[in-house]
Amino acid sequence: MPLFLVILIAAAALVFGGARLIGNDYVFFAGYTVLQFIVLATAWNILGGYTGYVNFGSAAFFALGAYATVFVHKTYPLPIPLLIVIGGAVSAVVGFGMGYLTLRLRGAFFAIATLALAVVLQTLVVNWDYVGGSRGAYIIRPNEVALIGPYIQYLFLLMLALVVIALTTARGIERSQLGYGFATIRDDELAAEACGVPTLRLKLIATTLSGGLMGMAGAPFPYYIGYLQPSSAFGLEYAVNSIAMPMIGGTTSWVGPLIGAILLGSLQQIATVTISSAVNLLIVGLLLVGFVIIAPNGIVGLVQDRLRARSK
Amino acid sequence: MPVRGGQRVGLSFDLVINALIAGILLGGFYAAVTIGVSISFGILDIVNIAHPAFIILGSYIAYIINARLGIDPILISITMLPAFYVLGAGVYQIYYESFERRGQEALRGLSFFFGLLFVTEVSLILVFGVDYRYVEAPYIGPSWHIGVMDFPLRMLVPCLAALAMFGALELFMSRTFLGRAIAAVAQDQLALRLMGASPIRIKRIAFGISIATTAVAGALLIIIQPVEPSVGREYIGRVFAICVLGGLGSLPGTVIGAMLLGILESFTATFYGPSWAPAVAFGVLLLTLAFRPAGLLGR
Repeated sequence: MPLFLVILIAAAALVFGGARLIGNDYVFFAGYTVLQFIVLATAWNILGGYTGYVNFGSAAFFALGAYATVFVHKTYPLPIPLLIVIGGAVSAVVGFGMGYLTLRLRGAFFAIATLALAVVLQTLVVNWDYVGGSRGAYIIRPNEVALIGPYIQYLFLLMLALVVIALTTARGIERSQLGYGFATIRDDELAAEACGVPTLRLKLIATTLSGGLMGMAGAPFPYYIGYLQPSSAFGLEYAVNSIAMPMIGGTTSWVGPLIGAILLGSLQQIATVTISSAVNLLIVGLLLVGFVIIAPNGIVGLVQDRLRARSK
Repeated sequence: MPVRGGQRVGLSFDLVINALIAGILLGGFYAAVTIGVSISFGILDIVNIAHPAFIILGSYIAYIINARLGIDPILISITMLPAFYVLGAGVYQIYYESFERRGQEALRGLSFFFGLLFVTEVSLILVFGVDYRYVEAPYIGPSWHIGVMDFPLRMLVPCLAALAMFGALELFMSRTFLGRAIAAVAQDQLALRLMGASPIRIKRIAFGISIATTAVAGALLIIIQPVEPSVGREYIGRVFAICVLGGLGSLPGTVIGAMLLGILESFTATFYGPSWAPAVAFGVLLLTLAFRPAGLLGR
């Protein structure tokens, strides 16, 4: 097993052990949200940070995963790890389809189409009574799980596993031929195309992977929240957070989204409790605008600049 | 009677003709909403996804002044044009300094506008809450009837105002030096520079005009329907669908695209139920991108 994966799993085990030591269920509830944002931010960054194509529809892919779970749950209940695979597959297919229709054109069209995708999928779900329609759907979760204990700890552990998968994927891409291919698209797509880089195929791989990971992050969500409404699954906060977190952390490596998600995610957990959720969304929006103007390479970029200045 | 849920209904002539009229009136209004994006996205290549946020801002200004002083919303929006123009020019200046000059408009420029959209929406929610707001005007309520045809003034007045705005802009773009210079920005910036006009200044003016149209579009929106801060989101898909359908950069194309989408949405709402209408724009957008990316009257 590669060293990176071993370190990640060890870190994940430490996080889980630490959370159990505190022994308060709230830690798991809040931690789950932060972990979920790490997966979303990392997934967004695979497309946005590595290839430079902006996806505004994170909420749509996330909700697709969540609603795939609701659908399967109503039809034939399956264990959550399987649901995660199904949710991921559904979102990956939609990501591929969207990419195929729009990525052959100018980059902006893809961004616009993803923005509209959220509105359309929400329309579909609102009109689809089987998954609850506009009223929403209840998912009754068991209280306990064998071996682990409280159900929220089980969900937390699953999300932790997803974080490990997402980070390993992102870092693996960065150091592979795929990652260099993505970087050529980001830097100069025309030149890359002229040099024989299969840009469309690479872009489709990126959208599929990115969409799939978002769907996987969304799949356990109905069990977490217990009552899934279209407006909560398609919430704009998912779209804005999954863009803001990599942008604030730094988009060029897997560390950026991780830092951004931990910082912003924790900040929001604190702000939601102490101030109000509308104010904390405002903070995220202002941070996003401020960072893209002032620190285009995010926190990672700031640190790198500082180190470079010192070494000179 | 039309029934929700896609059930087959008898096509009565009255229903079809009134759906058509409603669609055309709605399309006229959509033209007002889209014409600004047609300038910013179509001509200047600036993907201003925050456009609907400015429209909602226009709606709220119309609402505040209308509620306090009882002035006609369209009149308010005309007096607001200079303020919105300055706002637009300011936003362009920030956009140019931070992104366009550094060649980072793709990723960070888009995120900037997305952040702007989000910040505006959340700020409006914090100040006004999520209650629906509306305006008072003599033409909201009554309608004209010609035979079986129904012209609600609430829709007719915005449609006419939108067409008037389109006419004024089209005249400006084709008859004045500035208007032609704006069109030239899209074609050849170097040639423009050789003619002694600064592309940055021209783009700033054009973007200012594009945001100025949102003052009017916002007032028209709040005449047509009650507005709350997140209504703008529904217009993102519509606005860009119309823009692409009509052909980027073509103002007459925008009006035709707007009318087509208005009619399609109106028929969808009449025969399948209004909750399906938002999906129409997206379908149109995807189909256009897949089969005719240049749009109907594309350059």
